[in-house]
Amino acid sequence: MKLIIATIKPFKLEEVREALTDIGVRGMMVTEVKGFGSQSGHTEIYRGAEYAVNFVPKVKLELVVPANMSDQVIETITKTAQTGKIGDGKIFVLDVQQAIRVRTGETDADAI
Amino acid sequence: MNTLMKFALPAALIALPAMGMAQDEGPTAGVNASTDSVFILNSLLFLIGGFLVFWMAAGFAMLEAGLVRSKNVTMQLMKNVALFSLAAIFYYLIGYNLMYPLGTWSIDGVLSGVWGPGVLEAVGVSAADADDYSYASTGSDFFFQLMFCATTASIVSGTLAERIKLWPFLIFVIVLTGVIYPLQASWKWGGGFLDAKGFLDFAGSTVVHSVGGWAALTGALILGPRIGKYNKDGKTVPIPGSNLTLATLGTFILWLGWFGFNGGSQLAMGTIGDVADVSRIFANTNTAAAGGAIAAMIVSQIMFKKPDLTMTLNGALAGLVSITAEPLTPTLGAATLIGAVGGVIVVFAIPMMDKLKIDDVVGAIPVHLICGIWGTIAVVFTNSDASLGVQLYSILVVGAFTVVTSGVVWFILKATMGLRVDEETEINGLDMAELGMEAYPEFTNG
Repeated sequence: MKLIIATIKPFKLEEVREALTDIGVRGMMVTEVKGFGSQSGHTEIYRGAEYAVNFVPKVKLELVVPANMSDQVIETITKTAQTGKIGDGKIFVLDVQQAIRVRTGETDADAI
Repeated sequence: MNTLMKFALPAALIALPAMGMAQDEGPTAGVNASTDSVFILNSLLFLIGGFLVFWMAAGFAMLEAGLVRSKNVTMQLMKNVALFSLAAIFYYLIGYNLMYPLGTWSIDGVLSGVWGPGVLEAVGVSAADADDYSYASTGSDFFFQLMFCATTASIVSGTLAERIKLWPFLIFVIVLTGVIYPLQASWKWGGGFLDAKGFLDFAGSTVVHSVGGWAALTGALILGPRIGKYNKDGKTVPIPGSNLTLATLGTFILWLGWFGFNGGSQLAMGTIGDVADVSRIFANTNTAAAGGAIAAMIVSQIMFKKPDLTMTLNGALAGLVSITAEPLTPTLGAATLIGAVGGVIVVFAIPMMDKLKIDDVVGAIPVHLICGIWGTIAVVFTNSDASLGVQLYSILVVGAFTVVTSGVVWFILKATMGLRVDEETEINGLDMAELGMEAYPEFTNG
């Protein structure tokens, strides 16, 4: 099993969710986050005083999928979330040791 | 006045037959209203004006709730409801008679000789027993004047938000609304020495707004800025408000309330001239706010490359404060310009306050103090009865009195109870530390 963590532009969330369910992803966790990468920040003015916007809003997706699905999921997210402009986000992939479904106690592949 | 009469008289002549009541028992052109009707209409103006000005308390509460951070919203709302209620009680107990000595002075023109709570007329009073049958009911006058007193206190709470302790602040409000405000207001509106000198302040650019502004400025200097407002290099760190929707709603509520504030200050509605004047004041008050908002929007666009909503809101209020000293004599064009100058003033004054490291959370000092002064001076442009010297003298006298008295109260409170919450409380927010409840509880069991 793999844990795929993807940060994407918030307005792409719905499109990415649809594309992922179409290829058989059955669940995910979504969090509103802020961060910076190569997009970095910019400055704004509030009541006449300049301030730096160092963190840009993103949406973070976390989904656990069977190892053999991992590449397809990564490809789908990359293709759907891409605008070609700076700030499209990042994807990280981690190994997952265990998964348990709380309701039934099923484990690993049965649980995701 | 001449142009007004030209407009008013033909309009009255045309309107009456058209309404089909000229032959009935109703008033006919050229016949004045009866004394009863004048009494009723004057009292009605006070009552309508009074509840419009009351609604300004809601405007201040929303404006301030929107411009503080979410961790301090409950406290700001608590301060607003408490300060209004305390103002109501202490204006009744001391303030009303201190402000309106009706000719009975302890020190002539300076200090009222009437002490004690305000007293209203008896239930179902007859014309013969009314305090002033030729004018208006005492209850309506008391109700109207009380609302102005509360406005003064509302101005202070916005400036000192997010760092002042609740109880010392409320004690200050008691002194401000029970003593400081009514005492200086008696000098003008109670027939005291500033009135005798010929000082003109129609609805209180100086008497109400600058007094609140001076008290706020004195408090801000003694209290100091919020933690993190100015960094080590001396640069200003913006602290954005929690809810600009509420701040905008608050501004519109204040704008509405101001029609009562200025229109009601005509103090009479029993003649054609008075009603026409009240109407003229409504229109001038509105256009001054519009001028202030547009001026602030345009100037902030030019200065900061983007128009600033919070400054545009301050600009509308600046226009309102600027027209308050003389909402009757200007033409619509002049009123728009007087308001617009107010709008320009705030956009320059807000960063200037930051350069001086005076932390004013909602911009009350530029709006109420600086534009209050501007509005008081601007009277001389449209009202030939005004003298610049007397206007400036009165601004200084009221300013010096308010700074000294409120400074003494702030210092006593600082030495005895302490004014400021501790650092940890300020960082965590006053809502949880002082009140134990949040305005927006999000992470709960719900």
